[in-house]
Amino acid sequence: MAAEAKVDPMHQFTIEPLGGTAGWEIAGYNIAFTNSALWMLITTVVLTLFVAGGLKRQMVPGRWQMAVETFTGFIDNMLEANIGKAGRKYVPYVFSLFMFILFANLLGLLPLGVVGLHPFTFTSHFTVTGVLAVLSFAIVLVVGFWRHGLHFFSLFVPQGTPLPMIPVIAPIEFISFMVRPFSLGLRLFVAMMAGHVLLEVLSSFVIDGTNAGVGFGLLVGLPSFILMIGICALELLVAGIQAYVFALLTSLYINDAENLH
Amino acid sequence: MPQIAQLAETYSSQIFWLLIFFGFTFFVIGRGMVPRVMATVDARDAQIASDLAAAQAARDEADRQEEAWRTRENENRAAAQAVLAQAKADGAAKTEARLAEVQQSIDVRLAEAEARIGAARASALTEIEDVAAEAAQDIVARLAGVKVTKPAAAKAVKEALVHG
Repeated sequence: MAAEAKVDPMHQFTIEPLGGTAGWEIAGYNIAFTNSALWMLITTVVLTLFVAGGLKRQMVPGRWQMAVETFTGFIDNMLEANIGKAGRKYVPYVFSLFMFILFANLLGLLPLGVVGLHPFTFTSHFTVTGVLAVLSFAIVLVVGFWRHGLHFFSLFVPQGTPLPMIPVIAPIEFISFMVRPFSLGLRLFVAMMAGHVLLEVLSSFVIDGTNAGVGFGLLVGLPSFILMIGICALELLVAGIQAYVFALLTSLYINDAENLH
Repeated sequence: MPQIAQLAETYSSQIFWLLIFFGFTFFVIGRGMVPRVMATVDARDAQIASDLAAAQAARDEADRQEEAWRTRENENRAAAQAVLAQAKADGAAKTEARLAEVQQSIDVRLAEAEARIGAARASALTEIEDVAAEAAQDIVARLAGVKVTKPAAAKAVKEALVHG
């Protein structure tokens, strides 16, 4: 990339089929094994290794087991705080969701470009985040109608609403409810994409500034480089926060379905 | 923006592989591993709780033992003190009885002695009167040459002794 005169900050989001799989299809739909799918595979493998390492089931845990138990305990506490005792049965889903997004975000931030590989953050694609959001939303709908039947529609009428206000409040509540999967998916996609674009733009400042001469290098390249280090730390934080927000909002939405007000 | 530019050609493969890998994550990790990790945590929490409960029970038991020992000790002490008090009271009573006995005998002997002294004094008095009457008879006979009978002399002596 350094060799190119111009750095394209959007190039990192390009999806490319790998190893001649471009033609793979199922029922007319293309299922090429792309770099995005490769990083999903890497995320899954790393996550599996991480959790499997904590599966020693020792009474006195080692460091690795302690780390895994910290994550499960964190999700367990979050669900218990938001949903209550009934929240425990959602731990497998919310844990998978949180860890999958967290590992995807963090793996996508790895500075593998130094050794010539191109990390790909599939959570910066709204196709992916959208599917996860729709999954969460579908669980909310299924749980809501399963537990409360048609009574689940009373979710759109907050408790204590005066009768004349119901025709006004209900559509607003309905719209805010239907917006949930979009806000859920877009939030993660936008946060991840913005961070990666920002890093790429700053890196192009560093490269172009340095190429333009020592003066520009010191004037533009060096401050950009220092800023980039700070933004990298911020991105690590954002990677964690966005995974947390996704899991937290999912648990809040499930709480609506589980406890209905 | 490749996310939109490539949407039509890539959405199906993105969704397909995401469902494959997230499904694997959910079923193998979420459903398979996480419950076992949490079961380990729960087992440890239960172990700790039961250990704490056992320690608490042992502590309560020790407290109870100590309390029982203390009660027994207090009882023993009270019993010892009772025995001591009893012995003291017994001794005091015995001493008192003996004292009373001795006092009685002393009183008796005192009374006897007083009676003896009274008798001696009375006999001494009559003897003095007798001697005084005889002396008076003699004196009167010598001085006045009058023979006075003994009862009269005795009467005069008694009057003189009384008026004295």
